[in-house]
Amino acid sequence: MFALAAASSLELLQFSPPGWGANLLRGLVNSVLIALGAFGLGGVIGLAGAFGKLHGGPVTRDLLAIYTTVVRAVPELVLILILYYAATDAVNRLLLGAGFDRIQISGFAAGVLVLGVVQGAYATEVLRGAIQSVPAGQIEAARAMGMPPGLLARRITLPLMLSAALPGLANLWLIATKDTALLAVVGFGELTQETRQAAGTTKAYFTFFMAAGALYLALSLGSNALFRRLERFARRGERA
Amino acid sequence: MTRGFWMPHRIGMAALALAIAVWCGVSLRWDWLPEYLPLAAMGLWRTLWIMAASVVLGMALAVPLGLAQAAGPWWLAWPAQAFCTVIRGTPLLLQLWLLYYGLGSLFPGIPWLRQSDLWPILRQAWPYALLALTLSFAGYEGEVMRGAFLGVPKGQLEAARAMGMPRATLLRRIWLPQAVARALPTLAGETVLQLKATPLVATITVVDIYAVASKVRQDTFLTYEPLLLLALVYMAVTGLIVLAFRALERRGPARR
Repeated sequence: MFALAAASSLELLQFSPPGWGANLLRGLVNSVLIALGAFGLGGVIGLAGAFGKLHGGPVTRDLLAIYTTVVRAVPELVLILILYYAATDAVNRLLLGAGFDRIQISGFAAGVLVLGVVQGAYATEVLRGAIQSVPAGQIEAARAMGMPPGLLARRITLPLMLSAALPGLANLWLIATKDTALLAVVGFGELTQETRQAAGTTKAYFTFFMAAGALYLALSLGSNALFRRLERFARRGERA
Repeated sequence: MTRGFWMPHRIGMAALALAIAVWCGVSLRWDWLPEYLPLAAMGLWRTLWIMAASVVLGMALAVPLGLAQAAGPWWLAWPAQAFCTVIRGTPLLLQLWLLYYGLGSLFPGIPWLRQSDLWPILRQAWPYALLALTLSFAGYEGEVMRGAFLGVPKGQLEAARAMGMPRATLLRRIWLPQAVARALPTLAGETVLQLKATPLVATITVVDIYAVASKVRQDTFLTYEPLLLLALVYMAVTGLIVLAFRALERRGPARR
């Protein structure tokens, strides 16, 4: 009987239409793409936020403090809904104001935007700490050589902070991959949503949720290995 | 702490925030509020107890998980580590749905379970919500406890052994208290994360505060008002959690 169950599970996970393997893989690709987009957007917001928190004026600093505090206190699910409606509304008001028709924002763009804003708050804190860990002497030396601020950030601060930032960034990437599952609640076709559809249709809940879990786990473990190598690369030339 | 808080720009920002709050109060619709207040109170209560219960139960599971990884024989350490890796490597939503839909579809096929006294409980959604949140918390905190157990200075344990302390007493009197004290500062943050995970239980029909807000949105076709109020409620609860843990930590031994 066990063999029979295993055989029918394999059949359900098959790639071609009677099986649902292709749907799961498509969901996985969507999840990874959204996570990549959100992680990238979050990194950009985080970098700007970190420099703003460290070197910005009092108003900038207070606004950034409010941003990071609110995002870290409100559940992602609630933020996703608020930001999704607010962003759609804002874009449509702009379009209507400029004389265009209203548009439907794609789930993908909304997902990347919303998760990116959430990631940005955490990335701000991670990168701020990492930038602070760069020895002051290095930055002073660059300034003494007459290096302009942009070049200083690119050549000195960012490469030196990378090794301190990578563990935090790795953690954020894992959070990004798992947070994409929340988009299932608003009905976007990423891995968890595709899995629920497959499971709901075939009633083989265990098979599909286990399979999706294995995919997520493989993604996490693979990313872990990758980030370990990246960290070793970033730490080259440092004393052990 | 409040010294230098009211700088000129902050007074301006506070005035602006107040203006926005007043605008929200006046021009958004809040007439649905009285009708849903009792339901919201019940939802908030459910959110709070699911969070509190899963934190307490999860912590109780995390201690043996951490101990097994830090000091157990391989046949205990490996399963514990595998459990933590799987929990931390997959989304909570997936775990929740696996338990609710998976076990929920399996249990009705077991006749003796359906006849047992447990059945009225297992038929509801909240046991699965509590189980999923507990396991998740145990997975994350088990990893923290592993580090905390390993972080207790070796000298403390050696001194206890040199005094001829039995292993159980050593764990109870020396190792466990110091490991928990080390893990305590992370507990506030983990509890806030747990609060932020609770709205997921609304997806398996548990009526928490998030589900109440969703119901308001469906009934009244309002978009922003329930969501903004919901965000405010979560922020308030987060603030209370942070304050409570700060008070708790101040009561503990000061020297670290």
